[in-house]
Amino acid sequence: MHIEKNTNKNLQSTECQIDISALETIIKDCKGVSGGLIPLLQRIQDQFTFIPRQAFKLIDKELNIPESESLGVATFYTQFKLNPTGKYTIKICKGTACHVQNASKIFDAISEYLQIKAGETTDDQLFTLELVSCLGCCSLAPAIMIGEETYGKLDDRSVISIIKEIQSRESK
Amino acid sequence: MSQLRVKVGLGSCGIAAGAQRIYDHLELIHQKNPEQWSLEKTNCIGICYSEPLVHIEFNDELYIYGNITPVGTEQVIESFLQHNTPPSAFLVYSSQLPASENDFINNQVKWALKNCGIINPEKIEEYEQMGGYQAVLKIQKWSPDRIIDEIEKSGLKGRGGGGFLTATKWRLASKQTKKNKYVICNADEGDPGAFMDRSILEGDPHGVLEGMIIAGKAIGATKGIIYCRAEYPLAIKRVQIAIEQAREKNYLGKNIFGIRGFDFDIYIKEGAGAFVCGEETALIASIEGKRGMPSKRPPFPAIKGVWDLPTVINNVETLVNIPSIINKGAENYARLGTEKAKGTKVFAITGKVKKSGLVEVPMGTPISTVIYDICGGTADGNKIKAVQLGGPSGGCVPAHLLDTIIDYDAIIETGAIMGSGGMVVMDESTCMVDVAKFFLTFTQSESCGKCTFCRIGTLRMLEILEKITSGEGEIEDLEILEDLALEIQSNSLCGLGQSAPNPVLSALKYFRDEFEAHIIDKRCPALQCSALIRYEILADRCVGCYQCRKVCPANAIESNDRRIHRIIEENCIRCGACYEKCRFDAIVRS
Repeated sequence: MHIEKNTNKNLQSTECQIDISALETIIKDCKGVSGGLIPLLQRIQDQFTFIPRQAFKLIDKELNIPESESLGVATFYTQFKLNPTGKYTIKICKGTACHVQNASKIFDAISEYLQIKAGETTDDQLFTLELVSCLGCCSLAPAIMIGEETYGKLDDRSVISIIKEIQSRESK
Repeated sequence: MSQLRVKVGLGSCGIAAGAQRIYDHLELIHQKNPEQWSLEKTNCIGICYSEPLVHIEFNDELYIYGNITPVGTEQVIESFLQHNTPPSAFLVYSSQLPASENDFINNQVKWALKNCGIINPEKIEEYEQMGGYQAVLKIQKWSPDRIIDEIEKSGLKGRGGGGFLTATKWRLASKQTKKNKYVICNADEGDPGAFMDRSILEGDPHGVLEGMIIAGKAIGATKGIIYCRAEYPLAIKRVQIAIEQAREKNYLGKNIFGIRGFDFDIYIKEGAGAFVCGEETALIASIEGKRGMPSKRPPFPAIKGVWDLPTVINNVETLVNIPSIINKGAENYARLGTEKAKGTKVFAITGKVKKSGLVEVPMGTPISTVIYDICGGTADGNKIKAVQLGGPSGGCVPAHLLDTIIDYDAIIETGAIMGSGGMVVMDESTCMVDVAKFFLTFTQSESCGKCTFCRIGTLRMLEILEKITSGEGEIEDLEILEDLALEIQSNSLCGLGQSAPNPVLSALKYFRDEFEAHIIDKRCPALQCSALIRYEILADRCVGCYQCRKVCPANAIESNDRRIHRIIEENCIRCGACYEKCRFDAIVRS
């Protein structure tokens, strides 16, 4: 099966109801730190799971970095999300070893089970699906990462049971 | 000190394989009688094919158990305690096993990986016991030139893929008169299939720090940055712990070893996910908080790097070699290897190989030695078709050239590159067109977009490869591929673009017949390209169970009055569902 590329990154970032004061604190904290734009965006994303539209305006106002520049940086790196992500991000490794060991089958199985494509989030906001380049666990190929946990030596069935386990844990 | 030491290999791949569960389980039982044995943590020793791993030291002998469960480990420990004998089940390494079983460890020569899987990376004391920070002590009164001369004598070259002499970089930066300079550790290991840098950072973080301190002393820098991929959370955590410990002991900070003016400190920058940032100038842009796009060299970073200050950028594996070279002597390092490639190189071996993992061998070792004598050949005895070296920037070395030695120039002659050390073994079931397409998909999506040929040229090449693997290729396409490849190579600014066509060119060089089979015969010899696979039901094997018909999403299977099934060729969408389902081997692919 063909693995779809992660191209549907929505460049239209979302203006959501967020805690503006938290955002302001983070941004003001970074005043005067050179090269701090990427760590700043990382901190904002840690707080909100994505980078809300308001952030770019505030960065412009407080740090004098034009929106075009900060948005340019945010869209350059795959780490940054402009839309809310689910509680768990499922990262499917598409590295060489995983590719040779049929990672696409894992992707297809999850995508079909959760009914989402790469880059999308489930309606219940529980899972976001992502394709990533090598996780560095090649001997465990095919491997995936859910949150900070890595799982290896998977097949299309075992991967679904891992997701089901999380679902049942979350529904309690 | 108890006689029995148990160490659990807690690298991130070990943890994924269940090592943390083993450690937690052992911790509980250890509390019951902590005097009898000790429980410790270590990192991966590189025997990745048998993870999770438990190391047991007993009467000065090392036993490594692998593929083991928490309860299994408990039983092993009990056996040691009660019978004083090592159980043979799950044993993967021991001097008592036949020598051939231990080839994977015994045939390696470890410089860069010497501490990985030996010490607890979260304890600075264990690093010190292995001679840690002695190299800094040794060079504390050396002049910069003397340090650089020593590194020059070792012949050490950049292990990240560049293969540039480390001493030359250092000397250039050292000559700059600017007051502030930087040492950067490039830990943005992006090559799919390469994980040695992760393993070194997780297993021997102090070794990397010590290498950076020495580099700082040599070029006159006071600041170091470790630029690490965010996908490596455990590596970042271990390095952070190491930095704090080193500061406490004054190996980092002001007046190191009490020497006035010997200042050096290190902090971590997390990468944000862009392969191109492994390229020096893009990495610098990223550290400065910009889009990680490469820029023109010269000026080289050693003259004008981060914030326009002289900057030396070395890869993790390069840096971890530095303390060993200082401690054991440059001439001993240079004794290993070939005339132009000195020392050792770590390879991450994956794919269709029996023993996958991390292997460190002297330069000059034939590739075949690594694959057969260390890694045991292919997993199921299949014939090797090729070995891919250098990841998306590299190429493949076909089976008949496997005696090529590991040496920068010798590998380039085959059309591949040494790269950062990813080695993927491929057998007859791997489609070379598909592999070429895979690597190009990667570089195409990672192209930063600055140079037209890299941005659009790689996309055009990818489209052609898609066409070929879906059975619509034409023979002229091969010529267009080659034309485009040469243009991309000569019209791209950075290494990513210049090397992006390599996997395709080398596949075309050695496996043109496979491309032609896809184009002319509309057939994939390795049976990987789904659009080119034909399925057929063997009437004499079909038992008429209807399973294939039920699972077919395209209603492409019919049955005759004797309930023998047949595939309707024009309806078949070649999904392979029937093939997977049939329990009687009645469906064949061709």
